[in-house]
Amino acid sequence: MAESHIATEHTASHPALRHHFENLEQQREAGTLGMWVFLVTEIMFFGGMFLAYTLYRTKYPQAFASASNHLSWQLGALNTGVLILSSFTMALAVYSAQTGKRRNQVVCLGLTILLGLTFLVVKAIEYHEKYVDHLIPGKLFPGNPFNPAKVHLLPEASPNNVEMFYWIYFAMTGMHAIHMIIGVGVLSVIMYFAARGRYGPEYHNPVEISGLYWHFVDIIWIFLFPLLYLLGRHLEHGG
Amino acid sequence: MKAFETFETPTAARVNYLNAQYGLKSWLLTKDHKRIALLYLGSVTFFFLIGGIYAMMIRLELLTPQGDFLSSATYNKVFTQHGIIMIFFFLIPAIPASLGNFLVPMMIGAKDLAFPRINLLSWYIYLLGGVITIYALLAGGIDTGWTFYAPYSTTFSNSYVLATGVGIFVSGFSSILTGLNFIVTIHTMRAPGLTWFRLPLFIWAHYATALIMILGTPVVAITILLLAFERLAHVGIFDPAVGGDPVLFQHLFWFYSHPAVYIMILPAMGVESELIANFSRKNIFGYKFVAFSSLAIAVFGFLVWGHHLFVAGQSVYAGLIFSFLSFAVAIPSAIKVFNWTATLYKGSISYDTPMLYALGFIGLFTIGGMTGLFLAAVAVDVHVSDTYFIVAHFHYIMVGGTLLGYLGGLHYWWPKISGRMYPEGWGRFSALVIFVGFNLTFLPQFVAGYLGMPRRYHAYPPEFQVFNVLSTAGASILGVGLVIPFIYLLWSMRYGKRAEPNPWHLPGLEWRTASPPPTENFFATPVVTWEAYEFAPPEEMQVIGRFKEETEHA
Repeated sequence: MAESHIATEHTASHPALRHHFENLEQQREAGTLGMWVFLVTEIMFFGGMFLAYTLYRTKYPQAFASASNHLSWQLGALNTGVLILSSFTMALAVYSAQTGKRRNQVVCLGLTILLGLTFLVVKAIEYHEKYVDHLIPGKLFPGNPFNPAKVHLLPEASPNNVEMFYWIYFAMTGMHAIHMIIGVGVLSVIMYFAARGRYGPEYHNPVEISGLYWHFVDIIWIFLFPLLYLLGRHLEHGG
Repeated sequence: MKAFETFETPTAARVNYLNAQYGLKSWLLTKDHKRIALLYLGSVTFFFLIGGIYAMMIRLELLTPQGDFLSSATYNKVFTQHGIIMIFFFLIPAIPASLGNFLVPMMIGAKDLAFPRINLLSWYIYLLGGVITIYALLAGGIDTGWTFYAPYSTTFSNSYVLATGVGIFVSGFSSILTGLNFIVTIHTMRAPGLTWFRLPLFIWAHYATALIMILGTPVVAITILLLAFERLAHVGIFDPAVGGDPVLFQHLFWFYSHPAVYIMILPAMGVESELIANFSRKNIFGYKFVAFSSLAIAVFGFLVWGHHLFVAGQSVYAGLIFSFLSFAVAIPSAIKVFNWTATLYKGSISYDTPMLYALGFIGLFTIGGMTGLFLAAVAVDVHVSDTYFIVAHFHYIMVGGTLLGYLGGLHYWWPKISGRMYPEGWGRFSALVIFVGFNLTFLPQFVAGYLGMPRRYHAYPPEFQVFNVLSTAGASILGVGLVIPFIYLLWSMRYGKRAEPNPWHLPGLEWRTASPPPTENFFATPVVTWEAYEFAPPEEMQVIGRFKEETEHA
């Protein structure tokens, strides 16, 4: 009790303390809880699309498997690895901030950003392949109408539902990519301030909660990868 | 009365949140939750006015059975726009974003909400959503009904569905941010000594509301976004033409939009608990039951959306379960009504304007809630689906509940917000006019609906005319009743009697500081040593900090 009182006195005049908080501890609690609540809203946001995916995959299993088999699981797996690695470097960045190692912190944040960009580049390559194969659904690109000729259709798979799979694929991975881009932006700002020595053992909440966000976006991908890329491989081989 | 004698200095001489800074910039860039609350108050009033104009057009059209005032196409747009403006831009933000924004920090003894910049951002997002929607209305309007059912909205409607959808998508984020701010603030920023069970019930209600805001709104956001893409690029999951299922849209839409009804009514219930306890000068009956019933409504509210799909081809078994759960949600609502009534018993009740609204609320909410039970029964619901019975039912909840709660709360806290008293005589008069006008408008609609008058048509069989004439007459009275407070509240901001810090002599934290409060709400961080609604002799209700600066400077 006495100890926490001393900590309170100590941080009550910290330059990062905002006027409406009593001390840094309260400010940190608020920031962390705020991010968790925000992530809950994100789960609900993606939840709508996961529901649509589940419904139509159950309804049209053959079409979804056919469309899924045409995705490059190699690139998907590569991206999964890239993101897991980026979560590791992000965790190291938070640790470096907590222990006050400025140089490590900047390097780790930089690595995380680079890995995030790598993910986006691989994603762009995949999107381009779909464009070339005429697999962009609907009239998203006028003049390049959807044509499932390149997709090996399993029996009972209707081209209409293959198109629907690709729409769900683009909606979910697209929304995920937007979150990645925002994450890269946020981490760049954090890296800028980290380089100027703003974060240390006393005050590092922004690094922590950006890390929470980054891990969350990674976890979304951990769900997307098997659901979208791996769902019907065995059907292709008569299993 | 010793404690109150510390306020001898005229209140205007002091620096408060209203006169701390002047100029447009000091308002548009403010991070003070009280100023943001006023920004919201102004904007929701503006949207209420627009929605009200559409309501009057509907009532004028329905005065005669022929459908001669508006064409059917225009009428479709008018009722759609009435619904969209009233629901998304008035009812949902009305109490939480204005009264809640003002009072949540004050009632828990905090200097501000946890994230003041996000709070300001939420207002700008709301405004942006509003501007986009108004653009859609001016450009040509929207005619899908406020429910946007696919495939009409995605394929067949020739109106501005896309722009309106974007407007609602955007404004949803203001709701999410407000909810996030409330949850974090209530968890982390309560004053020392203010335990969860010492919180005013207004706070519990807003906590429950915030839960719905953060869990429900993202779902409707993604739904509307997918709908917009479906319309824009003809890619989709809702339109049967591409193999989609329009019932999926209805499920996703109502997964938010039914709980949204509780976003509207829960804050009003919070206001109601404050008014009933404080104007009976009694501790509320069954504090914990009222507090947890708010959470129960928030939880149950997420499990009943299927009662909007009884006639949409949902399976019979799903219908049965949703019917049962819809009955279940009546339990926490009834707990509240019974506990309010029990609180009145042997209380020293005063019939000031806020209390008149509160008593009206109990009656109207009870009618709205009981008719809700009719609709939860599948067989009855099939009979009255898409009739005026439904229209009357939800107006009893939304207008009889939310609007009355909002007006009651606005009068109750007006002295704190503006530092001025409103004219009590006019207040009581308009409360009565609104009550009479409201009932005259919507009671006949129950009958017309039960007899089979369908909603959303501009013409109707002549035998329903008598109900519609009554309804239109009531709407005119209601309209007049709503204009009166608008005028006298504006008038009182300049000419009203100056308010004491605690004009109603109540124990709540918000009454233990100046009217209007200083920018940081209290002169010293309050330490709470009393229970909620703990009525003590006035001299024991200490004022926090006793306006230290003043006594020092004097």
